[in-house]
Amino acid sequence: MTTLPQSTDKKLGLVIDLDTCVGCHACVISCKGWNTENYGAPLADEDAYGANPVGSFLNRVHSYEVQPDDGAAQLIHFPKSCLHCEDAPCVTVCPTGASYKRVEDGIVLVNESDCIGCGLCAWACPYGAREMDPVEKVMKKCTLCVDRIYNENLPEVDRVPSCVRTCPAGARHFGDLGDPNSDVSQLVADRGGVDLMPEQGTKPVNKYLPPRPKDALPEFDVLAPFLEPVIKEPKGFLDWLDKALEKI
Amino acid sequence: MPKDQPVIDLSPKVSDEVRKTTCYMCACRCGINVHLKGGKVAYIEGNRDHPVNQGVLCAKGSAGIMQHNAPSRLKAPLKRVGPRGSGEFEEISWEEAYDIAESWLRPIREDNPEKLAFFTGRDQSQSFTSFWAQGFGTPNYAAHGGFCSVNMAAAGIYTMGGAFWEFGQPDWDHTKLFMLFGVAEDHDSNPIKMGIGKIKGRGARVIGVNPIRSGYNAVADDWVGITPGTDGLFILAMIHCLMKAGKIDLHYLAQYTDAPVLLNSDPKSPEYGLYMRDENGKQLVIDRTTGKLTAFDQPGVKPDLSGTHRAKGITHRPVFHQMADMYLSDDYAPEAVADRCGIPANRIRAIAAELARVAFDEAFELDHAWTDFRGEKHDTMIGRPVSFHAMRGISAHANGFQTCRALHTLQILLGTVEVPGGFRFKPPYPKPATAHPKPHIGMTPGGPLNGPHLGFVHGPEDLALKEDGTPARIDKAFTWDNPMSAHGLMHMVISNAHAGDPYKIDTLFMYMANMSWNSSMNTGGVMEMLTDKDENGDYVIPHIIYSDAYSSEMVAYSDLILPDTTYLERHDCISLLDRPICEADAAADAIRWPVVEPDRNVKGFQSALCDLGARLGLPGFVNDDGSQKYADYADYIVNHERRPGIGPLAGWRMGETGLQDGRGAPNEGQLDQYIKNGGFFVSHIPDGANYYKPWNKAYQGWAVEMGIYDSPQPYLFTMYVEPMRKFQLAAEGHGDRQPPDHLRERIKATMSPLPIWYETDQQGNDGFTVNALTQRPMAMYHSWGSQNAWLRQLHGRNPLYVPTKLMRENGLSDGDWARVSSPHGEITVPVMEMAALNDNTVWTWNAIGKRKGAWALDEDAPEATKGFLLNHLIHELLPPKGDGLRWANSDPITGQAAWFDLKVRLEKVAAPKESRPEYPPIKSPVGKGPENLTWKVGK
Repeated sequence: MTTLPQSTDKKLGLVIDLDTCVGCHACVISCKGWNTENYGAPLADEDAYGANPVGSFLNRVHSYEVQPDDGAAQLIHFPKSCLHCEDAPCVTVCPTGASYKRVEDGIVLVNESDCIGCGLCAWACPYGAREMDPVEKVMKKCTLCVDRIYNENLPEVDRVPSCVRTCPAGARHFGDLGDPNSDVSQLVADRGGVDLMPEQGTKPVNKYLPPRPKDALPEFDVLAPFLEPVIKEPKGFLDWLDKALEKI
Repeated sequence: MPKDQPVIDLSPKVSDEVRKTTCYMCACRCGINVHLKGGKVAYIEGNRDHPVNQGVLCAKGSAGIMQHNAPSRLKAPLKRVGPRGSGEFEEISWEEAYDIAESWLRPIREDNPEKLAFFTGRDQSQSFTSFWAQGFGTPNYAAHGGFCSVNMAAAGIYTMGGAFWEFGQPDWDHTKLFMLFGVAEDHDSNPIKMGIGKIKGRGARVIGVNPIRSGYNAVADDWVGITPGTDGLFILAMIHCLMKAGKIDLHYLAQYTDAPVLLNSDPKSPEYGLYMRDENGKQLVIDRTTGKLTAFDQPGVKPDLSGTHRAKGITHRPVFHQMADMYLSDDYAPEAVADRCGIPANRIRAIAAELARVAFDEAFELDHAWTDFRGEKHDTMIGRPVSFHAMRGISAHANGFQTCRALHTLQILLGTVEVPGGFRFKPPYPKPATAHPKPHIGMTPGGPLNGPHLGFVHGPEDLALKEDGTPARIDKAFTWDNPMSAHGLMHMVISNAHAGDPYKIDTLFMYMANMSWNSSMNTGGVMEMLTDKDENGDYVIPHIIYSDAYSSEMVAYSDLILPDTTYLERHDCISLLDRPICEADAAADAIRWPVVEPDRNVKGFQSALCDLGARLGLPGFVNDDGSQKYADYADYIVNHERRPGIGPLAGWRMGETGLQDGRGAPNEGQLDQYIKNGGFFVSHIPDGANYYKPWNKAYQGWAVEMGIYDSPQPYLFTMYVEPMRKFQLAAEGHGDRQPPDHLRERIKATMSPLPIWYETDQQGNDGFTVNALTQRPMAMYHSWGSQNAWLRQLHGRNPLYVPTKLMRENGLSDGDWARVSSPHGEITVPVMEMAALNDNTVWTWNAIGKRKGAWALDEDAPEATKGFLLNHLIHELLPPKGDGLRWANSDPITGQAAWFDLKVRLEKVAAPKESRPEYPPIKSPVGKGPENLTWKVGK
């Protein structure tokens, strides 16, 4: 069993905007690229060109259809990666101490040299956010690009997770959710950001911004004044036109 | 830090070097930073300084490392040794490859250049490849626009002198209502996503019109799940509502459009429906100040939308009168169209009202003074914050040209084009159709063609017909079948060449066009045409040369393969002469350069054309002494001048006193300057010149300085396309050049000079009632994605998505299989339910399905066993009408391939082992990919 820190200095995490995520998978692949080349073993792909390709990814986008009681069905794109929970069950379940939560910033990491690939952490995570690497047989998970966000070899503006840097729709935000004045905390407050599955008691650091109401264009009755006809009789349009032209 | 917390390296070295070039995973052309370690590609990210993507990058771009290293890359020139379609090749030297190509091409050129058909697929070097084809002398050249979105491009250019995507964009900084029609998930990849994110961030409304609610439509605030092919009707109904309510921008219409231009209104006149013009050919209007007839562009003129003029016994009425007659008709009332569009009448009204509200009640002004082409000074720029974007969904129907025109007419009526908050052109646009070349077909054996192949026709006199009236081009572009086919008809080339209609060819030469698979209609038929033999046992299409970087399905059907490089190994220019990377506020172009050298015996196709052009002695490719003019494509990019001082790249040209932009002599250091600047060049349009561009003196002056025009080109938007009326007049019997009788009625009916909607040809569709569509996913681009080890894990299968209602009606559940048939053929495929879908439409991802043996995939890869193409259901011809004629399944105006007119029926069947039709494997000329990937180039 591994213990969690009593508290962390910061709570670094992501805020993901489900209102603007178009489901393009840019974050998924950018993450795959950075983390294949960087932290720990490369993210492997088994049977890469074959019948059943299985690779490890630290971030995936799922799509869900939602059928409201009234109105058209909707499609919600839902990117999911480790939520860097305050009460991370994946850490406490780890038999070797390989899984741990950093005191400085709350990032949950796997120390691959101590990981025995038992898979208990993946079983304990209620979000399915951990994946066993198919070749290296160590547990893989989002590092919040810990090797980018403090990386002095990168320009300061690039010291964000690769998924945030690449997101074309600007649907991903990174910051300290432990600081109520941070941009991300403000965004969560303004947009009514939510925890994923709060009932699990994991206290996830990452937050999701819910989609705004859809198909909410007012009914025509409300908008009707904007289409008030100017034509009262058959030849009315040209009469109106003459009068209207006098005014411009 | 607790003592047991591991120490990790928080600042690992990212790379040894960053090289900045341009992505090529799609036509979006984003700037990328390629991180190298030990000379190998380690990581690819977006270039923050780049005008297109500003640092972001999509999944395709980030997966470039897998594209660049794909096992499907061709390794050397190949000569076919087995039968066509077998995939049996032997590797040969470039010398031998050139010898073979020359042995086929030289006699053609000397004898009859039309025997070469040279068509390119998704390349971005059309100004170069067309220059080569022109030098060769064949009239048979085009790129892929005809089977892609020519309707969108041609409708935009004919109507307003510019089109969406490469040539224009919404004013993302000011728009408050953004409406998009028929945009597949992948189109204009990053800019649209960035724009939607930006405008949603400030609470602007997004309305998506699309039968499928995925991608951009999934995040749209309002979704209109329209019946495919009826967008034009929906748009014209909104125009009806807006005109009836007077919610149109009369000042804008009078000043900047042809609404006030007078039309001959005498049905008995041979010039009925043509513009009234002065002796200089300028459109005439009535000046509201003086009441006199005057050319539209005279200083101080206030064109009148209302007055009529009688001259020589003929009444002339303004275009606007005719628009009122047409669109105020109850035929376009929302109630009249609602059922066909599948949109309730009051929803149509509500959306029209919202357009009116935002355009007029939320109008605003930008504090930029400007002077218009008539010399009138304006203190501010009026903005109307409504913008639109559309693409293939409305384009790829046989009524697509008129639908796209209807959309542009809606934009213009609202006064939202080239104004703050609306839709804005990107240089080199605005550029009216009249400023483009016309098609050229003048051949001289052994000599060049007499001008550019493609262009814009302005009447029957511009058609590409031989003296006997038969088509001059193998694809029958610019003929009475489809007079305004500005991009050619690539989808008809193989079919026509096989049928010998209008004539037989000798050599088919193609680049990056997967014609024996996902880039053709009637895929199985095309395979037969490519392998069909004549009575002598020779192939009906005698020679096929093909260039591709990858082992695509088309490779197997070719005789000679010229292996191209990957996008990281090559030079390219994304040129102002072609499809540049401009933004509405800037002219910009870019390069690709070999950030890594090829490790195979391959060569950039354009460099191969420089070699081949020199061997054949093509004008433009040899020096006066007959020696090779351009050593390679890079040499051409730097040193070619299209007109004196105008070359492929606009940045860092040589002036008399030093480097300058736009015009200037070649500069040997130009590519180094581009590389130093991150791979691109940008020149910003000054404030005050960056809106109202077609009419703005400051913009016109800037464009001349940049070399975009040689003189100012102000013009009026043409909601009324006079050339279309000229084709109708011919069909009515006027003029010397007459259409064949079997086309007269169709020309009269479809070529209305004002946008109309008509139902596409439904012959043969009895019993086939369900619309069937395809789109590409955001993370893939056509066939290129499937060989990509990372991307194929996102989209390795493509079920047929079926709406809930049709699932129930056909007793289907997820995982079941259905036989899907059309008047042309049938496929058997897995289905999946989708609720957020028009309830009479099915769809699938395009080009996920693969032929066994292609793309270095295992033969049991899901792409080959479960994947499928809808292409098998779509014929390139309409069902026979019994007249012995071959009627193309294309827009009768532009020849755009009507992919989305497809109608099908479904039937549940027992699950077969694999999707059908099944084709035998082709032998892979590159072998198979490795089993596992653990890709880390650094230590």
